[in-house]
Parts: sequence; C-alpha cells; structure tokens
Amino acid sequence: MSKTIKALAVASAVAAALTATANTASAAGKEKCFGVSLAGENGCAAGPGTSCAGTSTVDYQGNAWSLVDKGSCVTKMLPGDRMGSLEALTRDVPA
Amino acid sequence: MNVDQHEFTAALLNPDQATPKGLIDSSGRPAGKRFDVYRNNVVFSLLEAMRTAFPVIEKLLGQELFHAISGDFVRKHPPRLPILMFYGAEFPKFLAAVELLAKSPYLPDVARLELARRVAYHAADVPAINPEALGEIDPEQLMGARFQFAPALHILTSDHPIIDLWNFNMIEDAPVPEPSGQIALISRPAFDPHMAAIGADTALFLTLLIDGQDLTSALEATAQAHPGFDLSAALGIMLQTEIITKIDL
Amino acid sequence: MLDGNTTCPKNIPNKAGVGYKPQHLNSILNNPTAIGWLEIHAENYMGDGGRPIAQLKRLAEQFPISCHGVGLSIGAEGHLDIDHLNRLKKLENWLKPALFSEHLAWSTHDGFFLNDLLPAPYTQQTADTVVAHINQVQDVVGRQMLLENPSTYVMFTESDRSEIEFLRDVAKRTGCGLLLDVNNVFVSATNHGYSPTEYIDAFPLELVGEIHLGGHEIDADDYGDDLLIDSHSRAVVDPVWALFDYTLQKSGPLPTLIEWDNDIPEWEVLASEAVLADAILAKAGAKAAV
Repeated sequence: MSKTIKALAVASAVAAALTATANTASAAGKEKCFGVSLAGENGCAAGPGTSCAGTSTVDYQGNAWSLVDKGSCVTKMLPGDRMGSLEALTRDVPA
Repeated sequence: MNVDQHEFTAALLNPDQATPKGLIDSSGRPAGKRFDVYRNNVVFSLLEAMRTAFPVIEKLLGQELFHAISGDFVRKHPPRLPILMFYGAEFPKFLAAVELLAKSPYLPDVARLELARRVAYHAADVPAINPEALGEIDPEQLMGARFQFAPALHILTSDHPIIDLWNFNMIEDAPVPEPSGQIALISRPAFDPHMAAIGADTALFLTLLIDGQDLTSALEATAQAHPGFDLSAALGIMLQTEIITKIDL
Repeated sequence: MLDGNTTCPKNIPNKAGVGYKPQHLNSILNNPTAIGWLEIHAENYMGDGGRPIAQLKRLAEQFPISCHGVGLSIGAEGHLDIDHLNRLKKLENWLKPALFSEHLAWSTHDGFFLNDLLPAPYTQQTADTVVAHINQVQDVVGRQMLLENPSTYVMFTESDRSEIEFLRDVAKRTGCGLLLDVNNVFVSATNHGYSPTEYIDAFPLELVGEIHLGGHEIDADDYGDDLLIDSHSRAVVDPVWALFDYTLQKSGPLPTLIEWDNDIPEWEVLASEAVLADAILAKAGAKAAV
C-alpha cells in the first residue's frame, strides 16, 4: 500500500470509530460521580484501608491451618473437570 | 529483661513461639494472653485486608478456605508498605503454588484482575482526549502519531474467562462464564474501574502503542500477526474506554 | 525542634468531629452542620488519584480536616521510612490539614508493615529514638505534629518511667503537641490497674491539641481480669464520657474526635455520638467563659 492509500484507510477507520463511539454510551456513563460506586459493584473497589484499632475476635492461632485439613473442602467446592472446575464454581458460588 | 522489636515481631507472626519474656502485666506476671491481643490484631487486620482486597477469590474459594489460605499468606507476605490499598501483589503467585488449588488454574489470573482494578481505582487522574480531536488530525500526520495513555490502563491476558468470572461473582444476573481465554482491558473512565474484553489483535496493537511505537508501525506489525485486524474497531475501543490522554504528532 | 504553632487555613473548632468513612459522604454533605470537622487516615489518601482523593478535596472545601497518620512507626527501633515520610509531606502540602497527628507506637520492622500499633518500653533509649524521629518528621513535613498516647495490653519489665513522664519529656524535647485519646487512657488504665483520673490529673493538658474518643470491647486476660481492647467498634461507654467530662473541666474545650473504625454504623448513630460530645464541650466552654 502506498502511504496515501494507508492514510486514507486510517482516516476511514477513524471516521468509523468516531461514529461507533458517538452511538455508544461512554464507559463512564454521563455522570462522573465521586460519591457512591456503581450499582451492582462492590464497595470494596478502593481496596483495604488502614487500621488504628484492635479487635477482640481471637483469630490468630493459625499455623495449624495446615491446608491438608481443608482438603475435603476443596474437593467439595472445586472438583476438577474439563475446565478446571468452572462448572462447579458457577454452580456452588452464589453471585 | 529487654524485648527488642525483632523478637516481638517474630513472636507476633508465629503463634508457636513463646511470648517474649520481658512482657508482663502490672503485677509482673507473664503477658500471656495479653500478647495474643497483638498477634490477633496483626493477623486479623491483615485477613480483613485480604477479604477487602480479593472479594472474588473469597467467593470462589468460600470463606473457610480463603481464610486458611490468606492466613498463611499474610504471615509469609506481610505488607511492605504502610499503605494497604495495594496489598497482596504476591497473592497470585502464592495461589498458583498452592497444590490443592491446582485444579483451579484460573484463580491466580482472577487475583491479578482484582489487583489491576485496585491499581486503576487509585491511578492518577488524567482526562481522556475528546474523540472529535482524533477526527480533526490530518490522516498523513496521524500515521506518524504516538499515543499517550491513561495511568489506569492495564491489559491482562489470561487463558481463562477472567472478566466473566469477575462479573458472575460480583454483578447480579451476570451470565455464567463459558470456558475460554479472555484479554481484559482495565481502564477508569471516571472513578470506577471498567473492564472490556478485547481480542489478541487489539491487545497487540495497544501494547505496541503503549511501548511508544507510532501508529503506522503498530498497525503494520499487528496486521502482519493478525491479518484480519480491524483498525476502526480497535480505535473504537480506545475511544470508548477513554484511555487516550494525548496524541503526539 | 519546632517552636510554636504553624497557622492553618481552616482551624479546627473546639467542637466534635468524626473519623471520615466514604459510606457517610452523602450524609455529611447533606447535613454539614452536624459536625465541626473531619479526620482522615493519611495512608488512605496516598494513591495517585481517583475517588478517594476527589472526595477528600471536596470535603476539604467545606470542612476543617485533621490528618491522622497510622503508619509512620515513630516508636520503631530502626530508621523512619523516608519514602513514607515524603508521601506524608506530599499529602500535607496539598491538603494543608489543620491538625496532623501520629501515634506513640511502632508498626514497621525490617521492612514489613504489621498493621497494628505496637507498644514500646518507656526507657531513655526509646525516648531518644522517638525524639529523633519526631524531630525528623517535623523537619520534613514542616509543621508541628501531635503525638497520641496509646492503648496498651502489655507492660515491659525494662520500662523505668511512666507513660506521662515519657510523653512530657518527648514533647519538651521536640516541641510536638499531644493528642489525648481519652478512651486509650481508660483502656490502658484498666488493663494495667491504675486510676484513669489520676492519669488525667498528671497529664500535661496544656500541650493537648486534640482529643480522641472511641469505643472498646471487654475481654479477659489469663487470670480472668478485664482486658479492654481498643476496637473502635461501638459507642463510647459511660465511664469514658465521664472521663472526657473530667478532662474538659480541667483543660477547657478542645477539638474532639469520635473514632469508629470497625463495624461502622449508619451516619445517624455516629452523628449522635458527636452530639453527646458537643454537649460536654459546650458545658466546659460555659465554665471556661465564667
């Protein structure tokens, strides 16, 4: 392709992309609200925050969590199948 | 008897280790359970951080198993920064090494997606170009243009349907994931992370542009690798996801 | 060493403020008179951008803000994390908070952040380290900081002075102010068997720039004695309100924060705690005016 023909191809691609974009709502939606998160998504989008408080839930004993003890749990929740265990996951895990 | 912070820390993270001897109550008795409060605060707060950080992994594994695996993780990989919003960068690799999870090979990539969404959430605010501006550039000039992208942009390639798995677990009535690979384009048009599934051709094209190639070079290399590459579709995705922040002519 | 106070664009009033939680944003903006000011945890606003910083910028237009660090690890034996100190400076520079505080505690060791406020023995060695760290913080950030008394669950055999002697010495040598957490006083006093009112009597109240109030949980130690946990997970209890009242009778009204960081309630519940604090603050203000 000559440079000119390529430029024409690019120009028409840009035009098509612009038309498509104009006909599609932007990913952000119209309102860029800094308040609440999008409905349906979790409120955890920010990730974990800091802590300057303690807790009285005694939960530290834990090297005993040899994962072997949890083996039955894994087998139940994640039986291997064709796709890893996608099918089982989608069945067992509440949305 | 002096307790240095090295000894204190080692005992904090290892419940099998004895409470440091120089710690007491006001009657001079060994601290015992009082020290356990600190053990508990550290591990529990980091476990809570993991739950907030990887909600989809928690749903996929179930609370009990997630708790057990995270408990192991937080002891082996405590945060490196006093900022928790990005905690867990080592978690995908950690998950990949857990033998019991070998039958769920998608978990590490789902964790990577959760990390990428958090990074995008906190990325710097740089406004995207007005799409019209692209149309106003002379095509000859555009051929040699280089693009700058939003700091929130991240492309994550997986052999698994990571976006669909995320949606299914986090959004009501999302469709059941079908086995397939997915490439996720993560961006943040306003304040919420946005995910789009893109093709391998668009991913290559974008990666080349991100690396600083001009439009012509990126286009030619992509068309060579993917003869059916549709430039207008790729540009459409770039505009809709609001990732182009500047075009250098 | 810093002398005197630096001036701030929006001073914190001697009224109740609350620890800011994003889920309360709309309630706060819709009822702006419910509280006098807000406190944020510095570390949650150290990202590059996005919603957290947009929210904070919006709130700072309307409310005095206090910046409370939880990750500087001032009580650490090792060096302060210079990168973190610079992040704090960056935040201070754009936010220009009216108050800036940190804890008498450590949380980082050997490059690992343990996400808890850990105790240090009250000795000359610890004091020298803490003084050096606070001087460094105040030099880099360029302003006075307030140092908060901790809730503690253990004592150290090696401690050779009281917490108050320790704080007094550090404040004198650095010019820092103090943040008096009245709930922490109550928690530590109960845990270590001393009188909370005697602690307040001995405390250098003239150095206090801010008060914290929060809820705690009751646990037990190995011997069945009460072991209070500074959980910030519930309402302030009556004995702590009484201790707050007792403190204000001596100090006069001071900016007072309600902290609620776990099991965070609806806005109305948090706001009602601020109303209770304001009533006690008003009483102290009336007395001071006589």
